[in-house]
Amino acid sequence: MKNPEEIFNILKEKFGDAIIEFASSQPVDPFITVKPNEIDKICRFLFDNDELLFDSLMNLSGVDDANGKKAAGQNGDNIIEGGTLSVYYHLESTKFKHKLVLKTSAPRENPEVNSVESIWRHADWHEREAYDLFGIIFLNHPDLRRILMPYDWEAGHPLRKDYKNPEFYHGMKVPY
Amino acid sequence: MGLLDQQFNKESIIVTKVDDLLNWARLSSLWQMGFGLACCAIEMMATSASHYDFDRFGVIPRNSPRQSDVIIVSGTVTLKMAIRIKRLYEQMPDPKYVISMGSCSNCGGPYWEHGYHVLKGVDRVIPVDVYVPGCPPRPEALLEGLLKLQEKIRNESLVKKTA
Repeated sequence: MKNPEEIFNILKEKFGDAIIEFASSQPVDPFITVKPNEIDKICRFLFDNDELLFDSLMNLSGVDDANGKKAAGQNGDNIIEGGTLSVYYHLESTKFKHKLVLKTSAPRENPEVNSVESIWRHADWHEREAYDLFGIIFLNHPDLRRILMPYDWEAGHPLRKDYKNPEFYHGMKVPY
Repeated sequence: MGLLDQQFNKESIIVTKVDDLLNWARLSSLWQMGFGLACCAIEMMATSASHYDFDRFGVIPRNSPRQSDVIIVSGTVTLKMAIRIKRLYEQMPDPKYVISMGSCSNCGGPYWEHGYHVLKGVDRVIPVDVYVPGCPPRPEALLEGLLKLQEKIRNESLVKKTA
């Protein structure tokens, strides 16, 4: 069993610049921030390494950090420019009983993160959900399409902070 | 039933109005298309189960819209599902009735403001006969809703469909 700080040191030694920082002063579980284009390699290492063996991805969730600049859009509605969208990975090793939280952030305008579907099969639907609700693009995902909203939903990704719901969908009025 | 038995035994003839006979037949065997969508479906199933026994009113759950008389929309109607509900309703043979069960199906319920994916009332896609309030309604409330629907059917006439 290893604590997150020990795991951070192992990763830092192995991956260097791809591991950005270790945050432990939060009122939440300590987490490690990594680069979005290296996340699949890091996760593969965490999965395969005999001393870590993170065989379970407990959860994968998208977050809109809303840390960009607030601006007015073409129709006068509020939009957010710049900033980041994040993905959080909650891992667990069922053998060693240790847990780890990974975070990766991608720019809002081009949110591309490597898929971990080839490592944990159930990341498939989790990533589809993050794509559906936040518009995060998972590179190398085998089947990246909407999972909750209708396939022909054109109004964007609902959990983004600057999302605006449409007036009508297939002739049905959407607002109350 | 006593009076009806006697009539059959003595004369084998009942004199009644066509309207009354048809309405009586209709309201006594409302086959429902169970449309369980959320927590209301649990209450609907409880209403069908032995304790509340929907069957004593002639309500039998069917799995096909083509065999159903009434659709009980029980639960949150999402925009994705609303298209399907409309299609299934159109596949039901006339005369057909709709019971909207629970706050979500009546008006969007707790999702009325921030529910980006929720249809704010199933009456925006199909015509509703009886609204059953509650979140979710108790089985007694659904039974009351059914009795209200039966009351509505009882006053129908061949020349004028009221329900």
